[in-house]
Amino acid sequence: MANVTLRNVRKAYPNGFEAIKGVDVDVADGQFCVLVGPSGCGKSTLLRMVAGLETITSGEINIGGRVVNQVEPADRDIAMVFQNYALYPHMSVFNNMAYGLRNRGMKEAEIKTRVEEAARILELGTMLTRKPGQLSGGQRQRVAMGRAIVRQPKVFLFDEPLSNLDAKLRISMRVEIRKLQRRLNVTSIYVTHDQLEAMTLADILVVMNGGQVEQVGNPLAIYEKPATTFVASFIGAPPMNLMSTRQDEIKPQLGGSAVEAGILGIRPEDLAITDQTPSGGVALSLTIDAIERVGAETFVYGSRAQDQQGVATNPGELPPGEVIVRIPGTEAPAIGQKIRVAAVRNKLHLFSGDGRKRIEI
Amino acid sequence: MENRAIFPGRLLACLLVFPQLAVSLIFFYWPAAQALWQSFLVQDAFGLSTEFVWFENYVNLLKTPEYYHAIGTTFFFSLLVVFFSLAIGLLLAVMANRNIAGVQIYRTFLIIPYAVAPAVASVLFIFMFQPGLGMIARALQRNGIDWNPVLNGNHAMILIVIVAVWNQISYNFLFFLAGLQSIPKSVIEAAAIDGARPMRRFWTIVFPLLSPTTFFLIVVNITYAFFNTLGIIDTATEGGPNGSTSTLVYKVFLDGKAGSDLGGSAAQSVILMIIVVALTAVQFRYVEKKVHY
Repeated sequence: MANVTLRNVRKAYPNGFEAIKGVDVDVADGQFCVLVGPSGCGKSTLLRMVAGLETITSGEINIGGRVVNQVEPADRDIAMVFQNYALYPHMSVFNNMAYGLRNRGMKEAEIKTRVEEAARILELGTMLTRKPGQLSGGQRQRVAMGRAIVRQPKVFLFDEPLSNLDAKLRISMRVEIRKLQRRLNVTSIYVTHDQLEAMTLADILVVMNGGQVEQVGNPLAIYEKPATTFVASFIGAPPMNLMSTRQDEIKPQLGGSAVEAGILGIRPEDLAITDQTPSGGVALSLTIDAIERVGAETFVYGSRAQDQQGVATNPGELPPGEVIVRIPGTEAPAIGQKIRVAAVRNKLHLFSGDGRKRIEI
Repeated sequence: MENRAIFPGRLLACLLVFPQLAVSLIFFYWPAAQALWQSFLVQDAFGLSTEFVWFENYVNLLKTPEYYHAIGTTFFFSLLVVFFSLAIGLLLAVMANRNIAGVQIYRTFLIIPYAVAPAVASVLFIFMFQPGLGMIARALQRNGIDWNPVLNGNHAMILIVIVAVWNQISYNFLFFLAGLQSIPKSVIEAAAIDGARPMRRFWTIVFPLLSPTTFFLIVVNITYAFFNTLGIIDTATEGGPNGSTSTLVYKVFLDGKAGSDLGGSAAQSVILMIIVVALTAVQFRYVEKKVHY
């Protein structure tokens, strides 16, 4: 049981590349913290710095009230689950889980109790004598989890643990991880590039981009009030529609000081097909380019006329002029059809022209 | 899923297999059969008459005490060569596998000795260990060690072991380095987080995962020590002094070439072949079971 605090943590490589550019994160005791971001944003590097597998160029990492910058991984009292599981291929499942306990000189009887308890929780009881090579991906994943929980560490670290599993297993393991973490109540830091995993697991969500923290907070709060256009387009699928506030179609509708903001964002689920323009809201004219029907809902990809197009300044964002609308699965528009969509004023997001700052309406 | 090539006809398959079969037949099976046949014959010194004598060559051989001495020498020599060339090769590979500046340069230099022919390696070491002239020999003598491989059998043995090991380290180094690099980094990191110190990590994780490489190298190195050290021994000590460095393969060469006892020499080479085949079979039968693939 411990809290984890990162203070102005930086990591620079000898070739001058700055992987982490000053990160501050506070994870309270028992909280589930998720680091999310695109490939190469530094989230895995940051996790490995907490684990002690990467050195810290400057700043401070504190686990349970102790600065661990110079502490060996073995002495940080952490356990880590790796993306490729990193099981010891020559050891049985039992020995894989017992290894960390034996290294710490625990008595065999106590080791047996702990491993069997972990095996019971993870439903690995019948597999203790098998080698990792004889297990399926999901079972290996559970052994990796078992190896972490038998240690009863202060902090669990997860490095994209579900990305090697198939889609169905990923969802069930995601739920299992969450239940396990609640039950054991151990502080956890979890790295993923999957925003859905991030939203569902996190007590506290850290969105990273280019070695920096874009936003920290409760996942729903981030969804409702993204601090930058990067967060706006990264959290939520399909991504938020972003467009310039200065266009002829939008300018008069927004009116006043809101036009000065620069970028307008509207989530696909906040747009509805309607002929009316809600007071203070924004309406757009679209031609439908493509339709994705996924059952419960339908995604409509529409384009705005050339002279009314939007902005594209951030990674993960839509091509200029494209707008996604999320409508119920029962509605069935046709490709090529011209439609008018609208969003009410309190569902609009405004950002500064460079996308770095959120502006409240 | 099996991943094998299917050929349209027999002809192409046979043609592709032919070169390897031809090499094996011409350079292994044919000479081996010749040796076997030769071992049943006795020839006079001038090669004028040949007589078929059944197992007389073998019986004579097993009556000579020098032969048993050579067997002992061979096993002792091979044990030392295999152990030290593997141990040093592994040590160097572990060192060169770390992230240090200029590691590529170290690796290249560590591989170069393999390109030196055994006889040339021998000559290098003869110079260094030459009593009265060689720098290492003189250093030893200054420190009160009466170093003289020409007269002292133990010194001669030490000399050929050093040369044979030095010549083989590069080969073992290369394979161990490749083996080390195939171990996933995350497994080592997991062990580090699991509280294993570097030495314990090496013996409980790295060394067991290297066992396929180690097993392969043991087989290759035993064969090396038995057969390929002929050039080293001939150049460095000529089996002396007093037969103390005369291994089985060297005795085959000595009796056949210098002693002109072709029948006896052939009988020795047949026995040598049987010993190596038996050793390799034992290794595959018993050691391989303990290997984690």
